[in-house]
Amino acid sequence: MRSIKKICALLKKVKKRLLKLHFDTNTGHIGGNFSCIDTLIVLHHLVMKSSDRFILSKGHSAAALYLTLWSMGKISEEDLETYAKDNTFFACHPSGAKVPGLLFHTGSLGHGFSLATGLAMAAKHKKINRQIFCLCSDGEWQEGSCWEALAFAVHHKLKNLTILIDENGLQGFNRVSEVISGTDLKERIAAFGACVRRVDGHNLLEIKKGLTPPASGKPLVLILKTLKGHGLHFENLLESHYLPLTETQYNMALKKIDEDLKL
Amino acid sequence: MALEKIRAAFGPRFVNAGVAEQNMVGVAAGMAREGLQVIVYSIAPFIYARPFEQIRNNICFEGLPIRLVGNGGGYAYGHMGPTHHALEDCAVMSTLGLRVLVPAFDEDLNEIVKYVSGPTYIRLGSDARSAARTIPTYAPWRQVLDGKNGLLVALGPLAGVALDALTNWEFKKRPAVWAVCELGEGNVPQEFWEKVAGSSIYIIEEHKAEGGIGMQLAYAFLKKGIQPTRFLHRHALGYPFGTYGSQEFHRRQSGLDSESIKKLFLQST
Repeated sequence: MRSIKKICALLKKVKKRLLKLHFDTNTGHIGGNFSCIDTLIVLHHLVMKSSDRFILSKGHSAAALYLTLWSMGKISEEDLETYAKDNTFFACHPSGAKVPGLLFHTGSLGHGFSLATGLAMAAKHKKINRQIFCLCSDGEWQEGSCWEALAFAVHHKLKNLTILIDENGLQGFNRVSEVISGTDLKERIAAFGACVRRVDGHNLLEIKKGLTPPASGKPLVLILKTLKGHGLHFENLLESHYLPLTETQYNMALKKIDEDLKL
Repeated sequence: MALEKIRAAFGPRFVNAGVAEQNMVGVAAGMAREGLQVIVYSIAPFIYARPFEQIRNNICFEGLPIRLVGNGGGYAYGHMGPTHHALEDCAVMSTLGLRVLVPAFDEDLNEIVKYVSGPTYIRLGSDARSAARTIPTYAPWRQVLDGKNGLLVALGPLAGVALDALTNWEFKKRPAVWAVCELGEGNVPQEFWEKVAGSSIYIIEEHKAEGGIGMQLAYAFLKKGIQPTRFLHRHALGYPFGTYGSQEFHRRQSGLDSESIKKLFLQST
């Protein structure tokens, strides 16, 4: 187990490399990667055991997942260099047999929760002590399949299942609340019978604490209040969903990471 | 009533996923990913059409050995109406790369259910054969009636309809009837290709023309340079007058019932 201080130092390195990855490849979806990278690092470094499972249902944050695996030494720098290039195993949505721990191709929203539920059911059936984690986006909850999975997971009392929701409040073309109002996501999910918590998704201690297994024997849903493009020039703006970085923006962002994560 | 015997036999391994097919297929994929053998069952359209993307992304991209079982292939749900019919299922599942199996007779299932090598779709229908009639041991493609008047290829249970219609005919006036229980050309025996060359071929399927066994065969003939003397394809026509009825009604509209099959060969002799 690493201390929070060490995780902060690691995050600084990871965020800079993530930024470089986007800049070098001129790719978008930076906002969603920077809203969930804190959670992914805490989850993988401080919470998950080696036998646990993780599904990135918000597959558009593949780069954040790759950087997390890179920070754990599971993906090499050479592999990372192939990101979003021809003949790569590391596409902009998680695919390919060379991604360590990847169980499914994700990217189409609304699939991950059901897949994680199946993994949790299998572990329960096989009597394996294993926790299944799945990270969704908030806009993803406009998919009916998420609610199908939630009802099913609660009914089957899958206490080995933890669903994380990156609530950054922005989706393609607008704010989530302006597309289909969903600001009461916590209440809606609680009404289905799951154990629901909401924490600051950029506070490492709160994230770790939020992931403590509930005593209730219910599936846990942890809502992470985040900012899309956290720490970048287009923080909390729709532009962070789509646009790549200019050189000036890239250099500004590098400086800001240094300032924000001063140790 | 329906699945009570299976539920009793499987005990806690029987999971009723409720009216939530997308989740059902996703959960099945999660279970299969951990090495469990999973069979997913529903009325045919609700297993191949509603959760299409889950089948594609969660099962097929991973090559998981899941058996999707769709009950009521073709017009089998008759009066229930078109929402409950499955007329393009074999094509859709074939396109995704699933192995598509269509048992013709009840005992075929004993063999078919053993196939667990990869993503598989099993289309169930009613065995149409008269109770007393015996048939050769299961093979994906097999001749179930001999005859001299060309070859009749029947997909799944239509083989039973053809058998009942033609068995008592004179040998030289009736066609050889082939029961086809698997789409694709991978398991077609060499004997079939040899017999088709220079013969008339008639194909009947309770499935739309697009992507069905008829089109698949025509493509195979072209690739192999095989030229039948006649190629006649009878397939599901959908709902040509916007009216609905029993399976027999729809088969009759599409020329797939017993009388229509007989007329086909009365005309050709």
